Amino acid sequence: MSKVKEFVNRNTRQYGMIIALLIIMIFFGIITEGKIIWPRNISMLVRQNAYVLILAIGMMFCILTGGNIDLSVGSLVALVSAMSGMMTTTLGLPPWLSIIIGILTGLLAGIWQGFWIAFVKVPPFITTLAGMLVFRGLNNIILNGKTLPLSGLYVTIGTGSVPDIAPNTFRDFLHIGNLLNLQNPPKFLNGTMLIVGFVLSVIYVLFMFLSRQRKKKRGYEVAPLPMVIIKAALIFIVINIFSYWLAMDEGLPIMLILVAILFVTYSFIATKTILGRHLYAMGGNAKAAELSGVNTKKMMFLAYANMGFLSSIAAIVTAGRMMAASPNVGVNFEMDAIGSCFIGGASAYGGVGTIWGAIVGAFIMGVMNNGMSIIGLNVFLQSVAKGLVVLFAVAFDMYSKSKSRFC
Amino acid sequence: MSEYILQMENITKKFPGVTALSNVSFKVKKGEIHALVGENGAGKSTLMNVLSGIHPYGSYEGDIIYKGTECKFKNIRDSEGMGIAIIHQELALSPFLTIAENIFIGNERAKCGIINWDETNKAAVQLMKRVGIRERYDAQVKNIGVGKQQLVEIAKALSKNCELLILDEPTAALNDEDSDHLLELLKTLNKESGMTCIMISHKLHEVIKVANSITILRDGKTIETLDNSESVSEDRIIKDMVGRELTDRFPEHTPNIGDIGFEIKDWTVHDPLNEERRIVKNANMNFRKGEIVGVYGLMGSGRTELAMSVFGKAYGSKICGTLIKEGKEITLNNIQQAISNGLAYVTEDRKTAGLVHIQDIKWNITLSNLKQITKGFVVNEDEEIIIGKEYREKFNIKSTSVFQKVGNLSGGNQQKVVLSKWIFSSPDVLILDEPTRGIDVGAKYEIYKIILQLAQEGKCVIMISSELPEILGITDRLYIMNEGRVVGEMKTSEATPEDIMSTIINSSAGR
Ligand SMILES: Nc1ncnc2c1ncn2[C@@H]1O[C@H](COP(=O)(O)OP(=O)(O)OP(=O)(O)O)[C@@H](O)[C@H]1O
Ligand SMILES: [Mg+2]
Repeated sequence: MSKVKEFVNRNTRQYGMIIALLIIMIFFGIITEGKIIWPRNISMLVRQNAYVLILAIGMMFCILTGGNIDLSVGSLVALVSAMSGMMTTTLGLPPWLSIIIGILTGLLAGIWQGFWIAFVKVPPFITTLAGMLVFRGLNNIILNGKTLPLSGLYVTIGTGSVPDIAPNTFRDFLHIGNLLNLQNPPKFLNGTMLIVGFVLSVIYVLFMFLSRQRKKKRGYEVAPLPMVIIKAALIFIVINIFSYWLAMDEGLPIMLILVAILFVTYSFIATKTILGRHLYAMGGNAKAAELSGVNTKKMMFLAYANMGFLSSIAAIVTAGRMMAASPNVGVNFEMDAIGSCFIGGASAYGGVGTIWGAIVGAFIMGVMNNGMSIIGLNVFLQSVAKGLVVLFAVAFDMYSKSKSRFC
Repeated sequence: MSEYILQMENITKKFPGVTALSNVSFKVKKGEIHALVGENGAGKSTLMNVLSGIHPYGSYEGDIIYKGTECKFKNIRDSEGMGIAIIHQELALSPFLTIAENIFIGNERAKCGIINWDETNKAAVQLMKRVGIRERYDAQVKNIGVGKQQLVEIAKALSKNCELLILDEPTAALNDEDSDHLLELLKTLNKESGMTCIMISHKLHEVIKVANSITILRDGKTIETLDNSESVSEDRIIKDMVGRELTDRFPEHTPNIGDIGFEIKDWTVHDPLNEERRIVKNANMNFRKGEIVGVYGLMGSGRTELAMSVFGKAYGSKICGTLIKEGKEITLNNIQQAISNGLAYVTEDRKTAGLVHIQDIKWNITLSNLKQITKGFVVNEDEEIIIGKEYREKFNIKSTSVFQKVGNLSGGNQQKVVLSKWIFSSPDVLILDEPTRGIDVGAKYEIYKIILQLAQEGKCVIMISSELPEILGITDRLYIMNEGRVVGEMKTSEATPEDIMSTIINSSAGR
């Protein structure tokens, strides 16, 4: 029993965040009379907030290096979409090529900032403040104040879904959805989504048990079996409910695939690789990390170069969803990303925080965004509410930390 | 009123998973110097944190009676208000502020929030005189050296009119000269103004020299309080501390010395802030496999700077000279190269440069050698736990488990984690900079054993230390440094403390 307790103790922070997300969901569920969980709105939640999810992942890496943030993210999103848009609209390049050019632009901008930060040691705050002005300016120069319409591949990425490979196969499950008494009950279920969701959840659960088995065989310490079973069951249920939900709407958004791939990759880097270790070491104590052989310059450079890369992905996604490259896209994106990381448990001093946390934080932001829009709260009040949530989340974190230190 | 200024009765303090203090009673007479000794993790710092309100009333059980009244300190300001001042194991000065500013930090000479600088500086100069700091009052604290920093802390305590001064390992980071000065100062303050002192220390000879009474803690319990009016023997204290007789301070060993494994030739290092100033001047040293070589010198002799500059240029500018390992010349331009060439450097400054405090024991141990536990791209965290456990056991790291954050370990146990980390990196050349600073006698013995074992395995061990007995106790050969130069080399078996000191003095006088 004490083993279970110890295990829970070691993971409380994670569960705390999910509970916070659930509470906020329920809160908005009540005040929007359930509208927030309509399949349509859940699907929108993913699509509209994909950019925050993507940016929060990159921002988490910057914050981990030592509480450093990147202020230029929003402007870079604008620059990349303008650049890419110009390539295809004005110069007539095929969309795939102009998307690649856009991504290269973002990467280049990231490398540029990484260079000043890591090798010239200009503080990140200042470098990215400069970037924020420079990139926004370049966007305006390219677009000359005009908006470029986009189409084709952009729109597919921004709004498209994977085609239904098995239409009308899962009619029998429809009545589960009907039980929910939705205003417009679903007429069909998207087969692709259901199959993908189910297969992934099975693979994940199998993987959990197999790796536990393998660890046990090699004599490593493993989580207690009841914990694993509960966790596996929960994950299985959550994934399938989620996919059922999306299946009632348009199915599997391409954006969701993108976000999922990024999430898995970056989580892997952060938790499983030497690179990730070094990132945490550096944020925890830069001097000790350096004396232990961590190349802190390289880490800094990579964090910011990567932020540029992810900004460009966010830019393509955003441009696609808006079907345009416009001069004022991306305003305040950096704030959403930074806010997500801190809500998700990042330390403002660096060295603490998870990709998973950033994602949950971004979802909390997203639910608030959508929830408040649905009830028609005025945008200024929305901004006030978001600001306060970030403040309280971090305050609560600080409070619970100081508590645990002195008990 | 009783003769006791302070009575702590039945103090019990629990942290998640550990009982740091159980039913400790601790009494201090007015006007005495009372030493508190015990092994690493015995609970000394915790007891003092309870006393000074860092662990607030309510977070522990038991009573504190100070000057006849029961005290319930909620924070450090409450205890300061009653005249109790604490100087922590790790100094808490603000490096960029001046001496005067640091002395009056939190206690500014001010009216309506506006600082009176003339008054501040005047008072600072007086206090500095009282504690014996010969520096300008406006010197930045980061430039004055640890010995004087410690004195600044004392001046700071005096400025608060403290009656009970708590010093947590005040001499751990000091050389003999600075330690003597500090201890004399304590005695003087004690005689002249009747200030009561509680001093935590692992240096038992100092304890015996200055303390009136000695309380020994072991595993969070009071063992006994000894009256030191006719000197208690060190062995007696040690027996109480570790619970058994410790016959030898240094393990026996028969050196098994091989060929030269590492050489430093014509090594010169300049101050990174002032490229004209040479910190290390043309040093030549060689180290044989299986040999433990001591590097002794006073504070400022350039030992640490030499070591760090060799370790991938972690310190210094305009470094020139050659490094030869196993007969081949190597260039180490950064720390990664140094590590991959089999060097390891255990820093003397564990708080700021040794550990990642927010991470746990196992994590810190593997940090400098992650490759060892990585397959493909994946760091094997299960293997890491096993390694953590292995070292925790081998070094006897007192902790709840390998998942304990190193920031919560006692000072000495943190040092063991730092050592584990570097030993795990399995170096060929191991540079230890003050490896036993702040470590209790029992654990020192363990660490010496490990050092000797590493030497037996054929590694070159370089040991920088300010403790002469330690250098004489376990090294095979030693270099003496002074003012950036290597001024002497002797076989340890033929060296005496007098020889060493006279070598240093002659080399200074020679110019
Ligand atoms: N904040 C904390 N959280 C958890 N455990 C703690 C905390 N602070 C101290 N401990 C534990 O309490 C015990 C006593 O620690 P303490 O720092 O008082 O030892 P100490 O006698 O000062 O040792 P040293 O000589 O090494 O400084 C140790 O086992 C330590 O791990
Ligand atoms: Mg201590």
